[in-house]
Amino acid sequence: MRFLRNPDPAQQAARMRLRGMIRKEARQIVRDPSSIAIAFVLPILLLLLFGYGISLDAKHVPLGIVIESSSPEAAAFAGSFEQSEYLSPHRFGTIQEAEQALITHEVDGIVWLRNDFEEKLLSGANAPIGVIINGVDANTAHIIEGYVKGAWLSWLQQRAAEQAGELNLPVQLQQRVWFNAELRSQNFLVPGLIAVIMTLIGALLTAMVIAREWERGTMEALLVTPVTAKEILLGKLLPYFVLGIGGLALSVGMAVWLFGVPLHGSLPVLFISSSLFLIASLGMGLTISTVARNQFVAGQIAIIVSFLPAFMLSGFIFDINSMPPAVQVVTYLLPARYYVSILQTVFLAGNVWKVIGLNSLALIVFCAFFLGIARRRMSKRLE
Amino acid sequence: MSVLELSGVTKRFAGVPALNDVRLNIRKGTVTGLIGPDGAGKTTLMRLIAGLLVPDSGAISVLGIDAIQDPLKVQQVIGYMPQRFGLYEDLTVQENLDLYADLQGLPDAERQARYAALTHLTGLAPFTQRLAGKLSGGMKQKLGLACVLVRPPQLLLLDEPTVGVDPVSRRELWAIIYRLVREENMTALLSTAYLDEAERCNEVILLHKGELLGQSLPAEFSQKMAGRSFQATLPGMNKRSLQSRLARSSGVIDSTIQRTGVRIVMEADVQPDPAALPAGIRIEPVEPRFEDSFISLLREIDGQPALPEVSLARAVPSGTDDEEVIIVDQVTKRFGSFSAVKDVSFKVKAGEVFGLLGANGAGKSTTFRMLCGLLPATDGHLRVAGLDLGHAPAKARARIGYMAQKFSLYGDLSVLENLRFFSSAYGLRGSDQRAQIDWALQEFELKPYANSTSQKLPLGYKQRLAMAAALMHRPQILFLDEPTSGVDPLARREFWQRIAALAEEGVTILVTTHFMEEAEYCDRLVIMAKGDILAEGTPDELRARVQSDQLPDPTMEDAFVYLIEEHETGRRSDAVPAKS
Repeated sequence: MRFLRNPDPAQQAARMRLRGMIRKEARQIVRDPSSIAIAFVLPILLLLLFGYGISLDAKHVPLGIVIESSSPEAAAFAGSFEQSEYLSPHRFGTIQEAEQALITHEVDGIVWLRNDFEEKLLSGANAPIGVIINGVDANTAHIIEGYVKGAWLSWLQQRAAEQAGELNLPVQLQQRVWFNAELRSQNFLVPGLIAVIMTLIGALLTAMVIAREWERGTMEALLVTPVTAKEILLGKLLPYFVLGIGGLALSVGMAVWLFGVPLHGSLPVLFISSSLFLIASLGMGLTISTVARNQFVAGQIAIIVSFLPAFMLSGFIFDINSMPPAVQVVTYLLPARYYVSILQTVFLAGNVWKVIGLNSLALIVFCAFFLGIARRRMSKRLE
Repeated sequence: MSVLELSGVTKRFAGVPALNDVRLNIRKGTVTGLIGPDGAGKTTLMRLIAGLLVPDSGAISVLGIDAIQDPLKVQQVIGYMPQRFGLYEDLTVQENLDLYADLQGLPDAERQARYAALTHLTGLAPFTQRLAGKLSGGMKQKLGLACVLVRPPQLLLLDEPTVGVDPVSRRELWAIIYRLVREENMTALLSTAYLDEAERCNEVILLHKGELLGQSLPAEFSQKMAGRSFQATLPGMNKRSLQSRLARSSGVIDSTIQRTGVRIVMEADVQPDPAALPAGIRIEPVEPRFEDSFISLLREIDGQPALPEVSLARAVPSGTDDEEVIIVDQVTKRFGSFSAVKDVSFKVKAGEVFGLLGANGAGKSTTFRMLCGLLPATDGHLRVAGLDLGHAPAKARARIGYMAQKFSLYGDLSVLENLRFFSSAYGLRGSDQRAQIDWALQEFELKPYANSTSQKLPLGYKQRLAMAAALMHRPQILFLDEPTSGVDPLARREFWQRIAALAEEGVTILVTTHFMEEAEYCDRLVIMAKGDILAEGTPDELRARVQSDQLPDPTMEDAFVYLIEEHETGRRSDAVPAKS
C-alpha cells in the first residue's frame, strides 16, 4: 500500500516527461493547419475524388464492329452487342477504317467478323471472330475482353437454346458475383483508400513533424533535457495514433453513410487491424525521421517508400494478380498490401478469420520491425 | 571546487579535428566566457559537455559525472541553451515553460513560484499568453533562457546567447546571468563572438581552430598588452584614410577606427614613430583591452596578413560629389498586418559609406531588398542611381552590386565558375569578362583557390568571393547586407579595409551591421529599431547626442542603447493617453 501511495520518483518523473511531450504535440497538432490538412482535409478530398470522380466500371465503351460476312448469323451476333449497356457499338465497312478509328481513340476495341464467320461457326472450329483491343490502358483492355467474351458466350448459349442443342458447348458459364454483387467500384475503392489515408497520417505526417523539429532547432533543445529516446518516440507515437484513428473514423463514416459501402464485418475487428497498420505506418514514419533531418527530404522519402507503394502496389486500385511476378514479390514487403486485403474483407465479406488473422499477423511483424528500427536508430546523440 | 573538467578532449568530424587535446577546468560560481571566431569549435565543445556528442578521446566530467558514460545524468543537472534555441513558436510562453517543467521534472507544487520568479526576472510576465513566435528576438532569447532555468541547473551552458540580439537585450541578458550565478548558486559557461563581452566574464577561455589558446582572467589577457595600445588622431583627415595609412606603418599589428581617431596596437617593444607618420598626428597611450590580446595572439599564429589594396580598374564613379545617389522617401513595407519598415526616409551621397545599424528584426534587410528592387515597397518612393525602382528596376539593378547576408553563390561550383557565371549574368563577354575575372582573382587573393569548390572555402574567403562576384560588373553602388556576421575578427578587419579602399575609388557603399563598433567606419549612418529610424548622422554626431556628465565619452553602443530607451519610453508615454 505504501508503495502505491509513494510511487517510484523515477517513474513519476518519466510519466511527467511523457505527459509534457504528449501535451505539447497535441497543442501543436491543433494549431498547425498542415496537420489538420493531412489528417482530415486530404482524406475528405481523396474520398470524394475516388468515391465520385473515379469509376473503374467501364460503361458504354465505344467498340468498333466490322462485318465482312453477309450471313444472318453474323448480323445476329453483331446485333447482340447493341443490347449491352457496357458497350456502344460503331459499325465500320472495312477493317482498315476500324483500325484508323482505334488509332484515333474513337473506339477502344474492334470485333471483326470475317467472311468465313458462318463457315467456321458451323464447323465448330475455333475463333471465328477477331478481337483487337487498345492495350494502352491494361485495366480497360481486360474489361473489354471480358465483356466481348461474355457477349460471345451468351450469344452462343442463346443460339444453342434456340436451335435445341444443335451446338454442344464444352463449358457452360454461369456467373455469380459474390461480395460486391452490384459490381460498384466504390465498394472496393473506398475501403482500400482508407489504407492510403492511414499511410499519409502515419508515415508522411510523422516523418515531417520530426524533421521540422530538427529544422527549427527544437530537437537539440529536447535532446539535452532528461527526456529519454523512448519517451521522445512515444511522445510522437501516441498523439499521431489518436489523430490517425480520428482519420479512420472519418473515413469509415464517409464510406458507410456517404457512399453506402456495406460494412459486413465488425467494428472492433476494423479498429484492431487498423491500429496495427497505423502503428506500422507510424513506425515507418519514425524510422524515416531518424534519417531525414529536413522536411523536404523526409516528405520525399515518405512519399516514395510509403504513400506511392500504398497507392499502386497494395491492390487498392490495381489487381496484384495481374502484376508481373517480380512486382508481386515486392508487394509482400508492403504493410499496405495486407491492410487493403483486411479492409476489403471486413467491409465486403465480413469477419473472415482466416484472411484477417493471417494479414494481421503480417502487420504485427511490420510493427515490431519498424518500431524496433526506430528505437535502435533514435539516439540522444547528435551523430 | 571544480564543476567541469575536460582532459585531453579531441573530437574529429570526418577526420578533420574540430577540437584538439582540450583540457580545461571551471570553478564553481564563476561566469566563464568561451571566446573564439566561427569554426573555433565552441559549439562542439558545448555539445560534448551536454552529452550530445562523444569525443574521440579524452575525458569529460560534469559535477563529478562522466558525460561520456552517463549523459542522461549530466542532462539532469545542467541547463543547455543551443545557439538556435528550440522554442516552439506555435506554443505560448506559458506552454513552452510548462513543457520544459515537465521534461525537467519540476514538481507541480513548485511550479507557480518558479514561473513567477522567472517571468519576473526576464520581464516576460506580461506576455505569458503570447505565442513564442510573436516575441521579439531579444525576448525569444530570454524565454529560451527561462526554459533552460525552469529547474535550477547547477551548470548553465549558453551557446552564443547574445548573437544578433540588440544591445539593450544583451545588457539585460548579462544582468540575468550574473544574478543567477549569485542568487541561485549556478556556474555559467557561455560562448560568444563579441570580443567586448569577454571583459564581462570572470574568466575567459580562448579557442582558435580547435586549439585552446589560454584560460585566465580577462584582465590578465589585457595586462600582457600594457604599453602597446595607442589612440592616434589627426584632425582634418578622413578616419578611414588615416586607418589605412596607419595599418601599413611598420610595427602596427592592429588598427581600428575608434571615436574621433584610430586605435592602434603595436608589436611588443615597438613604439609608434611620429616621424614616419603624417605631420600633425597626435598619439596617446590608452588602456589595453581584451580584444588587443586576442588579435595579437591570432597574429602570432596566423601571421600578419597582406593588406588588401583594392583598385576597381576602370571603376565607374558614382557621380559628382554631393549628388544624392540613393533616395529613400517615406518608404513603408508591410507583410500582412506586420510593418517591417515604417515610413523611413534617408539620402546617401555619391562616394559615401552609409550604414544601417540595428539588431535582428530592425528592418535593415527589408530596406535593402527594396533598394535592390527585390521587394516592392508598400508605400513611398525609392530612387537608386537616378532611377525610380518602381519603373526601371532592371536598369537600376545593372548599376548596383548586392551581397546577400547568407552566402548566396553556387556552393558546388568552383570559385572560377562562380565568377564566370556572375560576370556573364551581368552581361560581360570576351576579353572584358576575362580581364574582370583576372582582376577579381588578383585583388581578392583568390588565385590559389580558383579551382576549389566554393562551399569548402573558409568563411572569410567565401565572403571575399561573394564580394568579388558583386563587383564584377563595376557597379556604382554596392549593397552589403551583414557582410561581417559570423566572420572572425581578423577577417572582419580585412573586410573593412576593402570597403574603405572601394570607397576611395568612389564607389558608394550601403552596409548593414549589428556590430556597434563597425558603425565607426561609416561616414554617416541611421540607427534602426523595429522598422523605425531612431537617429541619423555621422558617428561623432550620434555619440555627441548622448554625451553627458555621467557619460563623458560614450561609445556607439551607449548611443544605441540610449536612443532605443528614449524611443521606448517616448512610445510608452504616447501610448498611455491613447489608451485612457
